[in-house]
Amino acid sequence: MANLYQSLELIRPEIVLSIALVVLVIFDLIFHLDKKIVPYIALAGIILTGIFVLFNPQSGFAFQQSNLMGKIGIFAVDTFGNYFKIIIVISSLLIILYSFSSDEINKIQDRIGEYYALIYGMILGMFFIISATDLILIYLSLELMSLSSYVLAGFTKLRDRNSEAALKYLIYGSVSSGLMLYGISLIYGLTGSTNLYIINMILQTPNANQFTLALANVLIFAGIGYKISSVPFHFWTPDVYEGAPITITTYLSVASKAAGFALLIRFIKTTFVGFSDSLGNWQLISSFDWKSLLIAISILTMTLGNFTALWQNNLKRLLAFSSIAHAGYLLLGIVVFSNGGLLAILIYFFVYLLMNYGAFLIVMLISNKTGSENIDDYDGLGYTSPLLAVSLVIFLVSLAGLPPTAGFIGKLYLFIALVDAKMIAVAIIALLNTVVSLYYYVRIVKHMYLNKPTEKTLTVKPNLFNTLLVLVLVIPVLVFGIYFQPLVDWAKNSLTILGLM
Amino acid sequence: MIGFPILSLITFLPVIGMLLILFIPKEQSKSIKYLTLAITGIQVVLAVILLANYNYNAAGVYEEKSFQFIEKFRWIYITGISWLGNVKVDYFLGVDGLSMPMVILTAIVSFIATISSWTIEKSVKGYFALFLLLDTGMMGVFVALDFFLFYIFWELMLLPMYFLIGIWGGPRKEYAAIKFFIYTLFGSIFILLAMIGLYFSTTEVLADGTRVHTFNMLAMMNPANSTPDGILSLANPNNLRFIAYIAMFAGFAIKIPMFPFHTWLPDAHVEAPTPISVILAGVLLKMGTYGILRINYPIFPEITRQLMWWIALFGMINIIYGALVALAQKDFKKLIAYSSVSHMGYVLLGMASLTTAGVNGAIFQMFNHGTITAMLFLIVGVVYDRAHTRGLYDFGGLAAQMPVYTGFVTVAFFAAIGLPSMSGFISEALVFIGAFGVESIRILTMISTLGILLGAGYMLWTLQRIFFGPLNEKWNTLLDVDKRELAMFIPLSIIIIFLGVYPSAMLDIMNTSVNTLVNFVSGNINSITQNGL
Repeated sequence: MANLYQSLELIRPEIVLSIALVVLVIFDLIFHLDKKIVPYIALAGIILTGIFVLFNPQSGFAFQQSNLMGKIGIFAVDTFGNYFKIIIVISSLLIILYSFSSDEINKIQDRIGEYYALIYGMILGMFFIISATDLILIYLSLELMSLSSYVLAGFTKLRDRNSEAALKYLIYGSVSSGLMLYGISLIYGLTGSTNLYIINMILQTPNANQFTLALANVLIFAGIGYKISSVPFHFWTPDVYEGAPITITTYLSVASKAAGFALLIRFIKTTFVGFSDSLGNWQLISSFDWKSLLIAISILTMTLGNFTALWQNNLKRLLAFSSIAHAGYLLLGIVVFSNGGLLAILIYFFVYLLMNYGAFLIVMLISNKTGSENIDDYDGLGYTSPLLAVSLVIFLVSLAGLPPTAGFIGKLYLFIALVDAKMIAVAIIALLNTVVSLYYYVRIVKHMYLNKPTEKTLTVKPNLFNTLLVLVLVIPVLVFGIYFQPLVDWAKNSLTILGLM
Repeated sequence: MIGFPILSLITFLPVIGMLLILFIPKEQSKSIKYLTLAITGIQVVLAVILLANYNYNAAGVYEEKSFQFIEKFRWIYITGISWLGNVKVDYFLGVDGLSMPMVILTAIVSFIATISSWTIEKSVKGYFALFLLLDTGMMGVFVALDFFLFYIFWELMLLPMYFLIGIWGGPRKEYAAIKFFIYTLFGSIFILLAMIGLYFSTTEVLADGTRVHTFNMLAMMNPANSTPDGILSLANPNNLRFIAYIAMFAGFAIKIPMFPFHTWLPDAHVEAPTPISVILAGVLLKMGTYGILRINYPIFPEITRQLMWWIALFGMINIIYGALVALAQKDFKKLIAYSSVSHMGYVLLGMASLTTAGVNGAIFQMFNHGTITAMLFLIVGVVYDRAHTRGLYDFGGLAAQMPVYTGFVTVAFFAAIGLPSMSGFISEALVFIGAFGVESIRILTMISTLGILLGAGYMLWTLQRIFFGPLNEKWNTLLDVDKRELAMFIPLSIIIIFLGVYPSAMLDIMNTSVNTLVNFVSGNINSITQNGL
């Protein structure tokens, strides 16, 4: 019983989330005529969760499974997980705030309760994904997150594209989660366990069938690669991003990607890494060549994302491809298999959260007014709506990774990690990719400033609330670009992934 | 020496001005213009104060204590990451004989460009805000001594330049702007990679005895600071120093622009508005050669010595190729743009000689090219404002119609040709003296002298086509230069003639540092006895 109490203490944030979810649903049922209060409950719940994450005991295993090899469980609470949970909390908080002023969401006021309940389902799923160290729990939480997001992608039903998005998302998702489940079953067959730590122990004595192991790894990567939209599991991304309501697009592009990356890192680190040496390099134990696989995938992902983005005229679609490219950059952080790479990912993710949310916020505010995300509607916007246009320029410059914005710091740490690992060729490919990406980001800038305002150009004046929201995102992007010490210090203290060593 | 952080002030004053401009309502375009004029004017005053307090005998280059007006603060310091080492970035500014001429040049050219911008009517507020941001970037590049800081300033210029060409430029401005942007970014990614490599190969001992990786350029120049296994360390037999040198050189060469990376330049110049062409030719191109002298030369002295001949070769190609293409131009502005390519070739040639005379000549040529070409672009701007054409064959006989203007044109053209008593003559002569003395590049130098002949050819021919002969009746209404234009031409002409008659005024500023740089790169200064960084 003591074990259970201790476990419950460790999962307090998840408990708060579940209670908030229940409260949300009950309130929605009781006050079904006036749903104004529902968003505020959602807001309060996420803030409370954030507080619990921040003041969580720093580390430990919940639900200990076995005492064979010391204390291991199926749910690890560590600083690494907490970092990603904070990212999820911030992005959820922002998405709830975005929903206040999104036209699409305001049109479905009568179903707003379900909307927030489903977002909470996603949050809960992501929280469990981040901490899960057992393949069964990983699969279950992944499904919890996915099922909620399938519904959300088509939630507004305002356009045909909504339903198309949801259906595509569902079909691709089911296939990849089926593949993943098959991989899990193979791993279980090879090792007799679903706990990552035990699998790690067994893999240290290499007698497993190498081909089967490789197959299982690739299959499991399919499930995760789908979530982080890496090539070749990215096909759903542009269509879903374009069709889904913009709040959900934003959320998928950051939060669910964060969860996917947290899972991938924890899965690889706990399962396949024996120990990390004094320089922080991770030593792979399995003969499966994760490094080559991930290098190939990350280069393909960023190149494909960037080159396809060049031809896009719909901003949501363009940002979708740009987010695919960013997944490629982020994968590079894993490829180096070192704490330096992990540090780079953590920094990059926070920066990516700020700049991607910022870019989507501006696109949302403009599409609220114009009803479209077509790049031609941005002609001359710089002259009619200076605040939004200048902010969008800053976000795009940051996405392209130019100083003095936070995006540069993210890229800098990534390249520092790559050069430190002597992977110069990969670094050059990634840098050439950023040159390509500059072209399409600047294309938007060109439409806003170099093209003359036409009679179609609207003046978009955000209200005070939205102005503040824009500033909350713009200011850190600039400040962290010049003074990035706090960000790096925070990331540096969040590197602990609970392991056997 | 001076009671206030003068380098920070001269660098960041424009940013303060930019923020002030953002609060001025856009209808008051006059006050925006006067504010910008005041800011750039103060910069000139600050540059004069710098010069007045400048110690002509301090070397700088690799030695921190002989840099002047130093400002050094810890900016980022991240400890406790054992595997990456502790990370340190300094806010480190200072000038020596290499950067001082460039600081003066930047101040002067920005001031002149502000006067030239007076005719801007479109989105005045945005124009001057971006102009001032660009000014900060340029000044920062010349005073930064921390590589990280240098890189931030280097990249800071890209976006303002993109907008300034793209919004206020000519018919093909969009193409020119994005071409400039992509080209320069392409160059700077290689600089970035080399910078990270150098960072991992350099450690610095702090006051408390800890060793940290650093972006400090001066620390990178001292072989004693390199880590044994860093990828760019001398001690590491498998080092990639050669590749890093080429990469960084290419990054800087794009800015110069060195053949074959020059193709962005004619486009950018032709499409850019006059003041931006002035800035581009006057200051931006110098950043490339400055970067090579400041970073490539002292950090990789052994490779510099190895590649001297190649740098001279490219210098020669720039000189001859630029001049030949200039001869074929029908557009006045394009002709000046290609003459820029040719003249920057002299800088490369002088640098390649690795002699005091040659490098002195190179830096002096950077300064002179900055003033002379700025004037040439202003000249093009004046005639284009009035006639709305730049075709060399559209004119004729303007000397009778615009005598004062023609006088200034003659000064600028003769300076560009390198006529004695003009500043261009001294720097070109020094370059040739320096380069001719070096056995290995003598042939290249001899071929390069053809450039002077070609230069005289296209310049005099242009003079003849536009200003002499019978007056084209179409232009008998053109007015001579007004007071504002005089305010741009007179100071530049004075500088050009003054430095032609009394070159020591500029050469003395750089001489000590250049001497030290040449000795340092040639390996004559024992690296162990360095400043004990």
